[in-house]
Amino acid sequence: MKKKWAFLFDIFLTFFKIAPITFGGGYAMIPVIEREAVEKKEWLKQEEVTDLFALAGSIPGAIAINSATFIGYRIAGVAGAIAATIGVMIPTFAIVVCLSIFYLYFQDHPKVEAAFEGIRPAVVALIVFAAYKMRKGAVVDKTTFVVAALSVILLLFLHVHPVMMIALGAVAGILLISLKDKLGIETKVDDHKQNTDYFMGADI
Amino acid sequence: MLWLLFKTFFITGLVSFGGGYAIIPVIEAEVVKYGWMSTQKFTDIIAIAGMSPGPIATNTAVFIGYQMAGIAGAVVSALAMVLPSLLLVLLVALFFYKLNHNRIVQSAFYGLRPIVIGLIVFAAVKFALSNGLMNSISLHTFSLLAIFAVSLFSLIKRNAHPAYVIVMAGLIGMAFYS
Repeated sequence: MKKKWAFLFDIFLTFFKIAPITFGGGYAMIPVIEREAVEKKEWLKQEEVTDLFALAGSIPGAIAINSATFIGYRIAGVAGAIAATIGVMIPTFAIVVCLSIFYLYFQDHPKVEAAFEGIRPAVVALIVFAAYKMRKGAVVDKTTFVVAALSVILLLFLHVHPVMMIALGAVAGILLISLKDKLGIETKVDDHKQNTDYFMGADI
Repeated sequence: MLWLLFKTFFITGLVSFGGGYAIIPVIEAEVVKYGWMSTQKFTDIIAIAGMSPGPIATNTAVFIGYQMAGIAGAVVSALAMVLPSLLLVLLVALFFYKLNHNRIVQSAFYGLRPIVIGLIVFAAVKFALSNGLMNSISLHTFSLLAIFAVSLFSLIKRNAHPAYVIVMAGLIGMAFYS
């Protein structure tokens, strides 16, 4: 019993230490998690971890947190999953709360207001950059290009709710592929292997 | 309030395929619906979430939770955001280990991925509009567009780190807009 708690604490601590050093979105955490889990702790083999990351990216949510949950589960069951998830979340959580407090205090300060005036267009650039980085894995043929273009039109002009849009996308994918299969058009749907630097959950 | 935060971010967590910036319109739709804050203030929060370590979507949820209901709000939002993922990971780990090789699942993602791009482009257009990037022909608009262009250039061509771009833009803002 005591041993189990010690192991769970070790899992918690490992992921706790990974989190704060990964600036710039969850995706930056992946190589660090890999190094810790495979090389240092030898919890998993290299192939296993690659599969895990691909799978973690297919599940909604941040890929880094999902990977932590997955690894925790693989090595110590549900308790391990929870230990890893909480471990990976606490440091970033604490930092964000501190920044929130900071922001609440200083948001009306003229210098801070001026800084944000300059930051806002940069954020738009960051978002455009995210789309730019993801386009290769997502827009793979004419069909997906049309789907992407249509979704922008639906969102902008018909005000379709984003949650609805996501559901529509999944249904459209299934319908389109079954239609293409019937018509005998071959479509590559599994691109995880071709785009190793791209995951669904890659939050830059 | 706490229940509302939980509900909002639980749904957000459930649909956050693509993570990060794709999820911004989802959160924004809810935030505006409940009148929690303006799109402009929301942009500021995205900037801070992007500068902080860790996933942007979760950071944004924590930030909004804290603004709306203090530390309890932040905790509830973070948990609500991660709970659907946790449950799904366990479910997949238990039953669908070969999930990624299932053709129906692959087909769904074939349709989902371009939607993720659509959502990100939508977020960019909305933010550009609400932050005065396309409003009028003035020196001010021009300067904002210049910051946008230089930021995008450094990200794509110079491989600049996002946090670095935000900090630089903040310094430029401080120098020119105050």
